[in-house]
Amino acid sequence: MKYVDEYRDPVLIENVTREIARSVDRGRHYRIMEVCGGHTHSIYRHGLRDVLPDNIELVHGPGCPVCVLPTGRVDDGLSIAERDDVILTCFGDMMRVPGTRGTPLEFKARGADIRMVYSPLDALKLAQSNPARHVCFFAIGFETTAPSTALTILRARALGVENFSVFCNHVTIVPAMRAILDSPGMRLDGFVGPGHVATITGCRPYEFVARDYAKPVVVAGFEPLDILQAILMIVRQLRAGEARVENEYARFVPWNGNRAALAALETVFALRPFFEWRGLGFISQSALELRPDFAPWDAERRFAVPGVRVTDPKAAQCGEVLKGVLKPAQCKLFGNQCNPEHPIGALMVSSEGACAAHYRYAQRAAEAEPAGV
Amino acid sequence: MALAERKRPRVAFSDERIEMAHGAGGKASRRLVEGLIAPAFANPVLDTLSDAATFSLGGVRIATTADGYVVRPLRFPGGSIGELAVNGTVNDLAVSGACARALMATFVLEAGLESATLRAEVAAMAAAAERAGVAIVGGDTKVVEHGLCDGMYITTFGIGEIDVRFALDPRSVRPGDRVLLSGPIGSHGITILLARGELDLEADVRSDTRSVWPFVDTLGAACGSGVRWMRDPTRGGVATALNELVRESDVAIVLDESAVPLGTQVRGACELLGLDPLHIANEGQFLAIVAAADAPCALAALRAVPGGEGAADIGEVRAEPARMVVGATAYGGTRAIDMLVGDPLPRIC
Amino acid sequence: MCLAIPGQVVEMSEQPMLAKVDVGGVRRNVNIGLLEDASVAPGDWILIHVGFALSKIGETEARDQLRMLKAMGEDELAMDEVRGYTFADEAAVT
Repeated sequence: MKYVDEYRDPVLIENVTREIARSVDRGRHYRIMEVCGGHTHSIYRHGLRDVLPDNIELVHGPGCPVCVLPTGRVDDGLSIAERDDVILTCFGDMMRVPGTRGTPLEFKARGADIRMVYSPLDALKLAQSNPARHVCFFAIGFETTAPSTALTILRARALGVENFSVFCNHVTIVPAMRAILDSPGMRLDGFVGPGHVATITGCRPYEFVARDYAKPVVVAGFEPLDILQAILMIVRQLRAGEARVENEYARFVPWNGNRAALAALETVFALRPFFEWRGLGFISQSALELRPDFAPWDAERRFAVPGVRVTDPKAAQCGEVLKGVLKPAQCKLFGNQCNPEHPIGALMVSSEGACAAHYRYAQRAAEAEPAGV
Repeated sequence: MALAERKRPRVAFSDERIEMAHGAGGKASRRLVEGLIAPAFANPVLDTLSDAATFSLGGVRIATTADGYVVRPLRFPGGSIGELAVNGTVNDLAVSGACARALMATFVLEAGLESATLRAEVAAMAAAAERAGVAIVGGDTKVVEHGLCDGMYITTFGIGEIDVRFALDPRSVRPGDRVLLSGPIGSHGITILLARGELDLEADVRSDTRSVWPFVDTLGAACGSGVRWMRDPTRGGVATALNELVRESDVAIVLDESAVPLGTQVRGACELLGLDPLHIANEGQFLAIVAAADAPCALAALRAVPGGEGAADIGEVRAEPARMVVGATAYGGTRAIDMLVGDPLPRIC
Repeated sequence: MCLAIPGQVVEMSEQPMLAKVDVGGVRRNVNIGLLEDASVAPGDWILIHVGFALSKIGETEARDQLRMLKAMGEDELAMDEVRGYTFADEAAVT
């Protein structure tokens, strides 16, 4: 596959890993955070930790939109699904996320009409072909995905489709990065920046990291070669005592971002004053809601959702793992009460959550097969 | 296989309701069978929990199997529910080292089903049975109300004669053995996913449904005694089948990921949807663990069978890490390959 | 996040803002409304996410990066040769 296979070429990968080994300062321990859950997944999936020197530690960041979605919001979405006239649509990633009374898949088994879609446009099409029902789209994702939701809402308005709404849970990445950087006791040397978010935002929004915290950020693609080269670029900056933003993913990321996408976001969405992030608490100006102009397509305005705040079980240490303070295996529930089949925290539900990735892809003692699995 | 030697850990089943995941062929399915169903019927033959039950009847070694087919849509590129039923049953017997002799089929039909559909299905089954060299000797038919059973469900019972060239036992699998795969994976599962039409993808992918007996027969002739274990990787894919093996035999399997045969379009669909081909169902492939010395000749023999050109040696058995399946990349990266939890779901993240 | 994959535009759809895109032989209609001026033509490579095109490939950037990464290896080999030569030299001297 073009523009994929070249970035999985073993020869080129070996070139970069050799160069990383030559470039690291042997006496130094590097802590590099990959912000984005997609990077976490790719790192585990391609076994990249095995090819890095021992003194480079990869810390998993909070860029997993499923992982940071509070249980109460899942409950809200499912309450919409329980209405007889509603078809709730969502991405595959959401189907196994547990609310207080079960996952979307379990609600579906109990009779709720919940359908998986690949694109919000498919949800809109479903509304057009089911005029007697209401189709609600459970929107999640960072800036990568929000513009697609925006265009879908604009299209619904243009076509005059009234039986369609969006339950909006889009969040933005920069506030989460600030929350990480401001965490007491947080020690990070650099960031692998969110490559697909950056196709929309461009690279400028991450300049604050270099300017205010003196740490390098390298915006990276998702293939093994992309991630490894980004790590090399971070190591080189650190060696030279530099801190700036670089773009490893220049083949798809424009430095100044995608103007059309940013304009669509501005037209359709406003920033919520604050929003709760699971594990990170309330963060101001970190999530999107539909502007009043688009009220007819705003599920929160059309339906009275419970809006109940549900706290995580005390024993679940999702917050610390999300912030990179703890490794997944260090959480007391990891692998025992909390595993991909019965996830307690959202980090175990999403395939790009740090805990799920670690559980499924990292080698672990075979005896650690949980009781009752 | 004496019960006392089996150290299967006690499995608890405590789910309140049956969910779709319990039928997906992965961990949840295992828990349902091992935790709820099998303990109720416990007996030495059942407790081996292999694809086919093997026992002796008047001195003849017999294998029997039963299966259910609930696929939607009923017809799809490359096959239909009836063909799956015939081939799937024949294959369960084949990978247990038995040549299928006879099948029985039960139809549960939805009131309102077009007779033309049933006629086409029955014709497809007859054709598949003839290709597979097996006779359909009986069965039953029931009709249920409109709205139930998705048009048609088929359950089968198959019986076959154990082929004495094989001495299959998962506990005979040992470090050094090779893992052979009959051909490209993922075709069936992706075909079904696309045929449902929810994802709006066009691709020229077809189900790989076929009898694997010709391959098993060839293996028997080439090196029967060197074959330790066989399995058809249906629901849950290659990953689930191999994970089941390593748990039974306390070994490790290390796969060379670049050696796993994969069709271009199946790969494209998996990359687009974020699916792992190793978790996708196959209906015309099989895995065989073969002694290292016999592997090259076994592979050559498989490749010489029409339809076997894509057969490959995809990895090896090792002692460590015990009870795990691991994938290795060409540049030295490794990852654990886990069993499927529920149905494979496309993702956007 | 997020899963996005490169695909090649095979044809423009009669419907506005839609293009048929090929990913490894699999085809899907993709909305091109997020691309600057929605300007794509058959043969173009774009990045696809949830049925939308996010970006068009920068062929020069892609080529330059791969060329640089290949050269990384070659410089290495050149270095090894030099080191080997030095060893032999020293050995000859003693």
